[in-house]
Amino acid sequence: MKQVLVISGKGGTGKTTLVAGFASLAGNAVIADCDVDVPDLHIILQPRIQEEIPFYALKAPVKDESRCVECGRCREVCRFNAIDEDFNIIDLRCEGCGACAFICPVNAIEMTDREAGRIYISRTRFGPFVHAQLKIGEEASGKLVTEVKRKAKELAEKENKELILIDGSPGIGCPVIASLSGVDLALIVTEPTVSGIHDLERILDVTEHFKIKTSVCINKFDINEEKTNEIENFCNENGIPLLGKIPYDSSITRAMIELKTVIEFSSPKTSEQVKKIWSKIIKRV
Amino acid sequence: MIIAIASGKGGTGKTTVAVNLTLSLDNVQLIDCDVEEPNSNLFLKLKLERAEDVSIQIPVIDEEKCTHCGKCSELCQYNALAVLPDKVMVFKELCHGCGLCQMACPQGAITERDRTIGIIEKAEGEIEFLRGVLNIGEAMSTPLIKRLKEKMNREKTVILDVPPGTACPVIEAISGVDYCLLVTEPTPFGLYDLRLAVELCKELNVKFGVIINRDGTGNQDTEDFCNEQGIPILLRIPYDRKIAELYSKGIPFVREMPEWRARFKDIFRKIERVETEK
Repeated sequence: MKQVLVISGKGGTGKTTLVAGFASLAGNAVIADCDVDVPDLHIILQPRIQEEIPFYALKAPVKDESRCVECGRCREVCRFNAIDEDFNIIDLRCEGCGACAFICPVNAIEMTDREAGRIYISRTRFGPFVHAQLKIGEEASGKLVTEVKRKAKELAEKENKELILIDGSPGIGCPVIASLSGVDLALIVTEPTVSGIHDLERILDVTEHFKIKTSVCINKFDINEEKTNEIENFCNENGIPLLGKIPYDSSITRAMIELKTVIEFSSPKTSEQVKKIWSKIIKRV
Repeated sequence: MIIAIASGKGGTGKTTVAVNLTLSLDNVQLIDCDVEEPNSNLFLKLKLERAEDVSIQIPVIDEEKCTHCGKCSELCQYNALAVLPDKVMVFKELCHGCGLCQMACPQGAITERDRTIGIIEKAEGEIEFLRGVLNIGEAMSTPLIKRLKEKMNREKTVILDVPPGTACPVIEAISGVDYCLLVTEPTPFGLYDLRLAVELCKELNVKFGVIINRDGTGNQDTEDFCNEQGIPILLRIPYDRKIAELYSKGIPFVREMPEWRARFKDIFRKIERVETEK
């Protein structure tokens, strides 16, 4: 079983649009959305949810006011400023380390399970789909990503799927690093802008750091052909395969509004490019 | 006044708004809190100097004193410590630097050392600018954002360029600000993520308004949502090939289209009015 992950460094370059397009081409695959704090893939895939699994990650401190003697030890040891002047616990700042509960001389603080999000196992018109939603303001997006990937793998094994197609999140931090583990190919979607190029270089450093096989594609390549050349040259010089270039095409936005993939809706030229990129991905894994 | 520029969805134009707003106002400090992918200075092109290294504290085990009792590993919520029969392993990338292991060790065998996770760079001049840059391979960006925010200059208008999403780095960045500008695009993805960002602002008790970028490309739903919820739409930036091209070259569009300065100034005035009503 192979895993293909689509990431970008910079947000809004077209990860989810492409993954939805690939999903319609992949055939025998499990689809997974590893952007767990602002997931969007379900908007296009319109899943029928079959199973909903609560996700517990870090424990959260709960204070028994009747025991608290307001000694302030908890506030002293908390390194996340999660306890205010009146010794209330500020949930949104708490990282769940448990130092407050440990130090409390009168056992007024207990660490308890807290639901941090939900994982969904669904069916879509393109096959099984694992996705999640982190609760607003929760920590542990990395752990939830790992859990989504584990569920996707289980499902792929159970249903004899050869491939897991994963939509990633922007950035280079915790959720991205979690999504990279065990991936056979990472496709980076970039755009010909100064930000796109800057972020491409940062995310390439990350995939190299974790020794992940990586390819690149350029979205909206005709917005700035000079920058597109720059990216092409950069990829050539660094031996990074460039799998294709997609033009700026307003039918891509219209496809999204119709809740359709680019293959189902957009102009034939764009659709052909996406198909070409997908066939190259398949060859590479 | 502290204004955060956030979005939920990535690539909606946070940095564009942050930079153009900065260039339209006087007496501003801009802080790029998107430490994973800091882009503001690609547009400002200020000469940066290294201000400081940012680190968190991680445990160091004194194997002479350690009895391998396992207390530290049992208490660590992040699985950052593994106690083997004759050795303790520290997985430094997993450590949040909470200090619990050091507090709890019955032998006093744990001390702490600094581990650098990124740097802060700065530029002084007409625009005071700060940014954080997270080291490659580093998972945790919140301590870096926290440190950046300790450097806010309250005598100026502080503008924070916030990372995308609604998870911990975003919470760190927008906690305690006076106003949050949510930049969105009028598409189904933009709207879904805007709703999440709105929830987050409400939860954090932060006042907010919306800027619609690439106006005219999508549909009416975002506008309808804002009207239903009573969320002010402070600015609409149309989809304009010229703006997109200037962006691609790293040129803030108020420099080439100066009529926009007044519109950005106007947003600021509206926010100020909300502030005085408080």
